[in-house]
Amino acid sequence: MLQPEGKRPYTVDVETAPNMAKLPPAPSREAGGSLHRFANPGRFLRLTDNWLPWLSGAALLVLGIGAVWGLAVAPPDWQQGETVRIMFVHVPMAWLAMGGYMGLAILSVMSLIWRHPLADLTARELSPIGAAVTALCLLTGSLWGRPMWGTWWVWDARLTSVLVLFFLWLGHAALVRAFDDAERGARMGAILALVGVVNVPIVKFSVDWWNTLHQPASVTRINAPGMHVDILYPLLVCALGFTLAFAAIVLAATRAAVMERRVRALQMAAARRADAAEA
Amino acid sequence: MTRKRRRIWILVLCAIGLGSATALTLTAFQDNLVFFRSPTDVLTTEIPPGRAFRLGGLVEEGSVQRQGEYEGRPAIRFRVTDGANAIPVVFTGVLPDLFREGQGVVTQGVMGQDGTFRAREVLARHDETYMPPEVADALKRAGHWNPAQGAAPPPAQWNTLEPGRADAPRRTGS
Repeated sequence: MLQPEGKRPYTVDVETAPNMAKLPPAPSREAGGSLHRFANPGRFLRLTDNWLPWLSGAALLVLGIGAVWGLAVAPPDWQQGETVRIMFVHVPMAWLAMGGYMGLAILSVMSLIWRHPLADLTARELSPIGAAVTALCLLTGSLWGRPMWGTWWVWDARLTSVLVLFFLWLGHAALVRAFDDAERGARMGAILALVGVVNVPIVKFSVDWWNTLHQPASVTRINAPGMHVDILYPLLVCALGFTLAFAAIVLAATRAAVMERRVRALQMAAARRADAAEA
Repeated sequence: MTRKRRRIWILVLCAIGLGSATALTLTAFQDNLVFFRSPTDVLTTEIPPGRAFRLGGLVEEGSVQRQGEYEGRPAIRFRVTDGANAIPVVFTGVLPDLFREGQGVVTQGVMGQDGTFRAREVLARHDETYMPPEVADALKRAGHWNPAQGAAPPPAQWNTLEPGRADAPRRTGS
């Protein structure tokens, strides 16, 4: 029994708890392996403690520049007018939805092959954020499609495959939380994430393989970008800003998850000690 | 080490299997994944009469007529072309803002007995080029581009990736 009746729950201050880095590893973790050098949660917390303020500051700065450049300085499009500015949110969200999913796939490979516990935690924190980004991509696309195409939504290959990507993010977020055994949930989530990787090239190339209402890619086409530099440069700045913000949010969420785990481990250790003292 | 190696091989084999299965499925469903048919597709394949489908292409230059009625309502008539073939379309609803001659459109409806496509819905389809109004005006003035005839010229002509030279066509044109 961890918390005998009549006793207050054990509380631990994460930041001031002694011997942070020397805590015993979780019992399920495998020993050895060179990659586990980077899996030390104490080292992760120390490193990211230094990075996070810089990352957040850079994200805010770049997003501020991107917002002013995109909303005030950049010219309207000759045929779409001012609605083209939706692109400065829509396109970075689409890139992050796909790029973030590739990140989830890499974390899943690390989780399945090396049983990397930090990869499990990061994947678990990544998927709700990825789902939010994909939802924003779909919403801004819908808001853009209504005035330009004349419809909120069509079931063409691009839009449908992005909707599938959204459900994959949601499914991963739900699946890793659906098991009492966190490690089992992480493994199931990793398998789902890797199966879903087939959707990423479909999203990317749907506009080239099949005819769609959605236009083909502007920035990554083979000859020069089909976008004037006055519109292209603020788009790239916004993409960089949103990417930095995405990384900062994922990092902060993962740090919180590591600390949460640590609190639980310390509480368990304290409870075990108390039980042993009573016996 | 061997367990790790084995897990890597299982993952690689699963990836190959899943990837080829997806590729085969997508190839098999190729025809159902197209969002619209071009006029040439429509004229060369047999479509059961009364079956609704989407017809896509460019609005042919000089084909838009805003006079006349269809089934008692003011109608707009135009032709959708893919360069090789064109199909006349009649539509009685509200057109999207981007509708003009030379613009891509996707129309949904049924083919009539007389070979005129009766559209229930017209959606505008724009291409992947974005440029400020001044650059578009400069291209038009210089005679490089007539939007009613279709897509903009290759970006290498007007997109120099140097903001200072963005108005190059204007100088060559005047």
